[in-house]
Amino acid sequence: MTAPQPQAERPLASRNSPVSWYEASARARVRLLLDAGSFQEFIGPEMREASPHLRVFDLPEQFDDGILVGRGSIGGSPVFVAAQEGRFMGGAFGEVHGAKLTGLLRAARDVKSIPVLILFDTGGVRLQEANAGELAIAEIMRAVIEARTAGVKVIGLIGGRSGCYGGGGLIAGCCSALAVSEQGRIGVSGPEVIETNRGVEEFDSKDRALVWRTMGGKNRRLLGGADAFCDDAVQDFRETALDLIATAGGFGIDSLKAEQARLEERLQTFGTCADAVDIWKAEGVPDPDDVPAMDADAFIAVANKIRRPSRDSR
Amino acid sequence: METLSFRHAARQRTAGSRKLALVGVVASGNLEVLAERVLPDTECQVEISTAAEGFGAVWGAVVADFVDRHSPGGLKLSINDGGARPDTVSLRLAQAVRSIAEEAR
Repeated sequence: MTAPQPQAERPLASRNSPVSWYEASARARVRLLLDAGSFQEFIGPEMREASPHLRVFDLPEQFDDGILVGRGSIGGSPVFVAAQEGRFMGGAFGEVHGAKLTGLLRAARDVKSIPVLILFDTGGVRLQEANAGELAIAEIMRAVIEARTAGVKVIGLIGGRSGCYGGGGLIAGCCSALAVSEQGRIGVSGPEVIETNRGVEEFDSKDRALVWRTMGGKNRRLLGGADAFCDDAVQDFRETALDLIATAGGFGIDSLKAEQARLEERLQTFGTCADAVDIWKAEGVPDPDDVPAMDADAFIAVANKIRRPSRDSR
Repeated sequence: METLSFRHAARQRTAGSRKLALVGVVASGNLEVLAERVLPDTECQVEISTAAEGFGAVWGAVVADFVDRHSPGGLKLSINDGGARPDTVSLRLAQAVRSIAEEAR
């Protein structure tokens, strides 16, 4: 990512001490990410569009089904935004939760000119409504691609406690660009799923250092899966989102071919690496063992030297 | 699931001009409270949906104490409960009233 541009007018959020993205609720993230007072919610909690399935399992509902969608402005320009609440059922996708995001993306596709920010915080599909949730993932992926085909930039911001896993990881892979913090893990199968299916020798989900250096933001940035790395602060995500909206590339057959070539090259270069540290070593990171302990600024400097974000793929 | 509803008279109207406030999250030991300014100024209502059945008397006591302390006149407060303790419920209810009592932007 390029260095954040100095801004003449500091937004409201920065007047106070930095707010942790990881700790903040979905609603707090949206409120502080966008221009002050600009957020207008679609299908708000007062509409009570909660899950029709959870009561069958005697599970409590949430009025917004764990996601808020709406529009607002960032840096003075209009934007659509969706934010998952990772503390409600792990931010998982159910039928209503998914439909709200699909609807937002279709609106963006029809409007064409307004970018979409998706604040991922999810473990994947909500298994209590598995079929509806899986269908929702497919519909959202299609809606992302349709929006991008219409010229809309879809930017994913990942730094929540539930990370971005399962179907959320698939949707993130369809976005125009991703920003991630160290805490914001990205994957499809999560640590526990890998351990359950392949054994603890393959992946020890209790080994937090292993989980973070494999799926955490630093490795995702160095591998090229995420375009930008940010510190765990709402203000950092705001500046990075503005940068990605300005710089994210378009979408078409050429970008798909470039992405395919990037992934093939990645497999060829790193396919035999047994650990993330081996990948960093192969990439030429000086002192690869020190990467997990680096602060955000030092890491961003190293990452920008090693791997300039590619604008022609994705 | 058990649903409970309590209606009380309130001494005075809740301050402020916001129509709506939402606080909390439905997670283990937590709850969300949706406050809506939809009732006459001297009434209030608390509706609860909880998976922990059989605690109606405790909810009744917490709600009565809350109405006595905060006089949430004009508010309908709807709760989705994730198994919160009574002290957490009291704090969330107070937070909801404080949040809706702010002036609308």
